[in-house]
Amino acid sequence: MKQPSLALVAIAVAAVLSAGVAQAKPFKWASQADVASWDIHAQNNGLHNAIHPYVYETLVTYNSKTFAVEPLLATSWKEVSPKQMRFALRQGVKFQDGSSFTADDAVFSITRAMAKTSNYGPFVQGIEKVVKVDDGTIDIFMVDPNPVLLRQMTELRMMSKAWSEKNKSTEPMDIKKADENFAHRNAMGTGPFILESWQPDVRMVLKKNPNWWGQMPGNVSSITYTPIKSAPTRMAALLSGEVDMILDPTPQDLNRLRASPDLKILEGLENRTIFFGMDQFRDELPGSSVKGKNPLKEQKVRQALYQSIDIQAITKTILRGLGKPTGTLVAPQVNGWTETVGQRLPYNQDAAKKLLVEAGYPDGFEVDFACPNNRYISDEAICQAVTAMWAKIGVKAKLRTLPMVTYFPMIQRNEASIYMLGWGVPTFDSLYSLQSLVRSVGKGGDGNYNVGRYSNERMDYLVDRVKTETDQPVRTRMLTEGLQLSNDTVSHLPLYDQVIPWAMKKNIDLVHRADNRIDIKLVTVR
Amino acid sequence: MFAFILRRLIQAVIVMIAVAFISFMLFQYVGDPVTFLLGQDATPQQIAELRSALGLDKPFFVQFWHFLVNAAQGEFGISLRQGAKVSSLIAERFPATFELAMVAALLALVVGVPMGVYAALRRGSFMSQMFMTLSLLGVSLPTFLIGILLILIFSVHLGWFPSFGRGTTMQLGFWSTGLLSAKGWHHIILPAITLAIFQLTLIMRLVRAEMLEVLRTDYIKFAKARGLSNRTIYFGHALKNTLVPVMTITGLQLGGLIAFAIITETVFQWPGMGLLFIQAVTFADIPVMAAYLCLIALIFVVINLVVDLLYFAVDPRLRVEKSGGH
Repeated sequence: MKQPSLALVAIAVAAVLSAGVAQAKPFKWASQADVASWDIHAQNNGLHNAIHPYVYETLVTYNSKTFAVEPLLATSWKEVSPKQMRFALRQGVKFQDGSSFTADDAVFSITRAMAKTSNYGPFVQGIEKVVKVDDGTIDIFMVDPNPVLLRQMTELRMMSKAWSEKNKSTEPMDIKKADENFAHRNAMGTGPFILESWQPDVRMVLKKNPNWWGQMPGNVSSITYTPIKSAPTRMAALLSGEVDMILDPTPQDLNRLRASPDLKILEGLENRTIFFGMDQFRDELPGSSVKGKNPLKEQKVRQALYQSIDIQAITKTILRGLGKPTGTLVAPQVNGWTETVGQRLPYNQDAAKKLLVEAGYPDGFEVDFACPNNRYISDEAICQAVTAMWAKIGVKAKLRTLPMVTYFPMIQRNEASIYMLGWGVPTFDSLYSLQSLVRSVGKGGDGNYNVGRYSNERMDYLVDRVKTETDQPVRTRMLTEGLQLSNDTVSHLPLYDQVIPWAMKKNIDLVHRADNRIDIKLVTVR
Repeated sequence: MFAFILRRLIQAVIVMIAVAFISFMLFQYVGDPVTFLLGQDATPQQIAELRSALGLDKPFFVQFWHFLVNAAQGEFGISLRQGAKVSSLIAERFPATFELAMVAALLALVVGVPMGVYAALRRGSFMSQMFMTLSLLGVSLPTFLIGILLILIFSVHLGWFPSFGRGTTMQLGFWSTGLLSAKGWHHIILPAITLAIFQLTLIMRLVRAEMLEVLRTDYIKFAKARGLSNRTIYFGHALKNTLVPVMTITGLQLGGLIAFAIITETVFQWPGMGLLFIQAVTFADIPVMAAYLCLIALIFVVINLVVDLLYFAVDPRLRVEKSGGH
């Protein structure tokens, strides 16, 4: 037999060697849902805000590890006055059609987010107007000093003014109208990836933008995103190697995935806290055995409910480790959190019983209890477990579980006496939670999810002060005080911070982000 | 004749309105999609504004009337989840479901008929006992379980077939097809088997029973007496007569295949109408749900209408009765 030729051997060796170097590689991932639109202001939801940044960039962005605000399309910013921020825009940035990114585009994009048909209201909240200073500079004028403006701006993405005018998409897609706009199915930004094709619910393909201004630490050359609704199928797609990563594996499959030699699980704390809220407003609870008064108005009763929940047992057996017990309304990454406010009241059924006796309910009472059954990890099972724990101190919770499409409107009509809620914090600042959850119900975002209508004068004062307080240390102290006040008055029953697992092939390196987004620039396929 | 067709058409319209009414009534209980659309930070004012802009705060009958008027023009509004026209969404998704259903029906026929014939001719043999036992499994195992099992064996363990999706498709005018490429066939095999299993067992048992029935009749006995070969008797005479009811059932089942592809489509992430419907349900995307249910009802109504008319054409006795009892 002939010896293999030298040339062949050389080629083989070269092939093996080059495989070791990080080459550009495709990255395929899947999760449950699909983005509903590529119009960057059409719908404010988590998956949009996770995928749109591949194509559309913001002026400032979060560092994926520390969540500090970093420059992106703006290189620097400074306060001209407490109500005026000046941003210097990055020079030489080109849109994917070759046109330059200028101040006009930035003014246009932020103004577009303020339009009536936009759903990005929360992120332009407090902005009065945006003004072009020169081609590379814009000013943002605020109604009042706004200390979280930069954090809001991490969700305000930039699109081309000329492109949207040419394609009649200057207004955000209005879902009330019977027609879609051009920006709904097409995307054109300054970002590292170009949207190549998108079939809703089927497949989305993005390829690398060769003219992108930045440097990518990772080596992804193209992205294929597939929504796979059924959990076992999603799992099978990963196990059979058809996708590189899935964002939402089911808890019961984790051990199996961990045992596989080709896969790995990356776990991280999400900035979402799960808790129970309680009706502290009505004089008599509907469906309760107590007539003429509302036991949940009594702080001792709330504390008794709190102390009879064995959260360790829940996180260990039901969540299988996918929850970290907490004693407050925000997760540790969020500004305002401290070790002290994060402390839970101890689990103690005897103390709970005693508190109930002191409050005048020695035999307990009946109360309505509502939970979603398809929103948070194992939500229904957790509520069932808690119902059993409360039964031990005599509180008979009448549990009803609903799918989220009916659950959320129901609790917003203040119909539930005790309800479960999870709250993520996109601004990484406690104001976001305190204003929505414990500020007395008022105008705008004040108390918009304060479904139990908790009300405390000191809390209202703190929240209103923090909205405009720009002195960072003072602000942070006040946020911590707000959290502590919520703990002291047992405004809610905090349960745990969600831990989110991502499952992927062994050869994928990436950074687990607390907001459940993949920073595509940091993904390396080995 | 004309009066008969007219009467059938009027009945069909009444059925359609009833279905539309019932489905629309159900949606009053599925909740509203406003929370999804606006995200968790929406203010109560925004929520109220969007609800009234979408017409969700209007009384039920007003909403239903708008729906009927638009539906009659083939206009089902805009999908709340996808922001696209429902009619075009359904048109996009229909080819996937239709191809899946056709391949499944074909599979059920091509495999089910010979198995049934075999089971009838070799009654009591080991193989036909096997077929009968397997067919019991086929009717009793739920579809999603069959799908997951197939994925587990053929995608995860053996790696022969993909576990999800439709693969690449080609566009022939408005129709997108996956049947013109090897890859497309690769993708359709597992879902088609999953969807076909129930029909297959049904057809097999039907063919077997009919065949046994036919084999007992006199003309088969006479044929045997005439000394015709078994082959001619079984396949020339017996099978032909067996297939008439089988064809009727298969035709009627086609509507069922299209309608009940929901589970198969969900398991295999098959981008058809069933998947569209399931995702609409989790989102409370009312226009899509209503349009889907009406379309499925329409398919059934049309199939039944066609069958009725065919019977009418085939069977002269019907014509006599309907024309006034001469």
